[in-house]
Amino acid sequence: MRSSTTAKFDIGENEYQPVNGLITRTRSFTGADKLFEIQLPDGEELGHQPGQFVQLLVPGVGEAPFSVTSSPTKPGPFELTIRAVGNVTRALHNMEPGDTVGIRGPYGSGFDPDVFEGEDILFIAGGIGLAPLRSMINYTLDERERFGELTTVYGCKEPAEQLYPDELEEWAEGDEMTYLETVDQCPQDQEWDGPTGVITSVIPEVDIDVETTNVLVCGPPVMYTFVLQELDEMGVPDENIYLSLERNMHCGRGLCGHCQINELYVCTDGPVFHYPVVRDKQEAEV
Amino acid sequence: MKVIDKPEFEALIDEKISSDRRDVVGVQDDGEKYVFDDLDSAGDLALEYDVTMLSPKKYLMPQRETILEYRDANGEFEWRAKAEPDGKVIVGIHPYDLVAIEQLDKIFIDTLRDEPYRRKRENSLLIGVNMQDASETAFAASMGTATTDSGYDLMLTDLGETYAVNIGTLEGKEFLNSADVRKATAGEVQEVERIEQEVVPDLFERELEFSPALLPTILEENYDNMAFWEDYSEKCLSCGTCNMVCPTCYCFSVDMIRDLGTNSGRESRRWDGCLLEDFASVAGDENFREEVAERHRHRFMRKGWYIYERYGDIACIGCGRCTSECVADVADPCDVYNKLYQEAQAHAQ
Ligand SMILES: Cc1cc2nc3c(=O)[nH]c(=O)nc-3n(C[C@H](O)[C@H](O)[C@H](O)COP(=O)(O)OP(=O)(O)OC[C@H]3O[C@@H](n4cnc5c(N)ncnc54)[C@H](O)[C@@H]3O)c2cc1C
Ligand code: SF4
Ligand code: SF4
Ligand code: FES
Repeated sequence: MRSSTTAKFDIGENEYQPVNGLITRTRSFTGADKLFEIQLPDGEELGHQPGQFVQLLVPGVGEAPFSVTSSPTKPGPFELTIRAVGNVTRALHNMEPGDTVGIRGPYGSGFDPDVFEGEDILFIAGGIGLAPLRSMINYTLDERERFGELTTVYGCKEPAEQLYPDELEEWAEGDEMTYLETVDQCPQDQEWDGPTGVITSVIPEVDIDVETTNVLVCGPPVMYTFVLQELDEMGVPDENIYLSLERNMHCGRGLCGHCQINELYVCTDGPVFHYPVVRDKQEAEV
Repeated sequence: MKVIDKPEFEALIDEKISSDRRDVVGVQDDGEKYVFDDLDSAGDLALEYDVTMLSPKKYLMPQRETILEYRDANGEFEWRAKAEPDGKVIVGIHPYDLVAIEQLDKIFIDTLRDEPYRRKRENSLLIGVNMQDASETAFAASMGTATTDSGYDLMLTDLGETYAVNIGTLEGKEFLNSADVRKATAGEVQEVERIEQEVVPDLFERELEFSPALLPTILEENYDNMAFWEDYSEKCLSCGTCNMVCPTCYCFSVDMIRDLGTNSGRESRRWDGCLLEDFASVAGDENFREEVAERHRHRFMRKGWYIYERYGDIACIGCGRCTSECVADVADPCDVYNKLYQEAQAHAQ
């Protein structure tokens, strides 16, 4: 006989239950990056905030965190941009519309658009770091009247690695946002008429009110130190800076311990951090 | 407090072994070590033990457990999160291990909710036993965990011919229902108090030189003391054993496993440890705790400072398992804490 302590709970809601995400559209960029449009069952919205991420499961292969790159202002399916670096990401690159993946989330704390209401924003994106920022950039463009001056600086290794080329062109040509770009270098077989040099070489060219502009930064780990130095030299107060950080993640819920930066968990306290919160955390490496 | 004769207690456990749907597990002597293992009979119990190699955490958060299954149903994937519904009846848990379980409860049930843990935990019955022996690496008395008045369904104290039994929960009380128990006499109650207050603290050879309440501050002050962390971790092999045997460590990794030849499989989680080299590495050859000294520092900061900040507990209960299982013989937290304290003292002068 079972004692009264057993079987108290019905099988019900479980934190690790994913839903099926149907891949409805993919788009390859020239580099190792691919955009995936994913539809949730019954056309449900993901309900994310810019900067939040999902845990994506590829059946039989594995699970990994990915930032949502589409803005919540865009109704319907959401988008991810994925760089092939390992098992899960390579398997994803072999998938096509009609295939399904598992989705948990959205997780983490993103950029709260209300915080930036009426204010100027400078976005600084390095490489695949444009993926999470694009969600916020497109949010501000879609609700343009709610924000002040908008500026985006995007740098990547070479022209062929640029994400969302059509959109970049619109950003560059439109008058709703100032857009600057650079590549570290341009190999001989590629075309480029913009500036070459690391992202920090372009940042001083932006015309912003350093006292009042919010700066939102996302890029590879090495980028942060240099960008932050540059911003400091320009006189941007630390309080105006927000960073989206990446760490190894397994649970996405503050349990597995992999994503820790000192006492902070990137999956729940971040991935978007107000700079003063992580400035003195040695393990943040910023 | 109740009192039960030892043969009567054994008969009660034997009855549970045959009638309870749950597995009844308890501390046994496997010839070399004490371990928690399935009980065939109450006669196999070894309740006078010093320490078990692994804590009962292994039943609530197993070394490997399936948390999700999937299968291909005509091109559509079906996912089904799993949470084992059955807990265990666990006999012979020392107080420090009960404290460790209470800490996990706070995180996995009260704060963040983890269904696989919660189900096993809430459906388990924990029978504690006051310590009669301590391993030479333990320092639980210093950590305030050598005795406990919570976290158990039942708590036994060996009084020679009988066990004094403290009842912690209604489930614990019901568990005793079929047994022949009587009320403890005033003398027996006093004897249990004497054992808890005088006999148990004396079992420990190792001692913290200061109150554990100071630990978060001492650790914080020594965060940048890299010379200490480097010196301390010099001989470490990064094997992660100190993480694996620790009853308060709960980090894990998740793996997807495909059943060969099919389109189905499962996701399982397994214990992982911050001392292992790749624990914090990401794509692009970036490892956020590359140096072994940084990993050790993180482990101690997490135990004595970070978890305290978040959940109010010092996540080291002084069992000494990490010390006794470390092949490189470096993992003694009592020693680390005392040295850090001395450094802080020297600094203050
Ligand atoms: C909050 C967050 C948002 C992210 N957003 C994006 C995104 O929008 N687009 C994108 O392409 N990538 C993103 N990433 C990175 C992406 O999660 C990893 O590159 C991915 O986990 C690698 O999985 P894999 O199985 O293909 O690689 P693996 O086969 O596991 O390994 C390849 C390499 O990745 C490392 N790695 C393993 N697990 C992780 C992990 N969880 N995080 C980082 N590195 C890991 C390994 O150490 C190894 O060097 C994000 C990461 C985080 C934490
Ligand atoms: S058990 Fe010892 S050798 Fe192994 S990781 Fe821990 S301290 Fe290092
Ligand atoms: S750190 Fe060592 S002594 Fe402390 S609880 Fe963990 S295993 Fe026991
Ligand atoms: S991903 Fe598990 S704790 Fe952050």
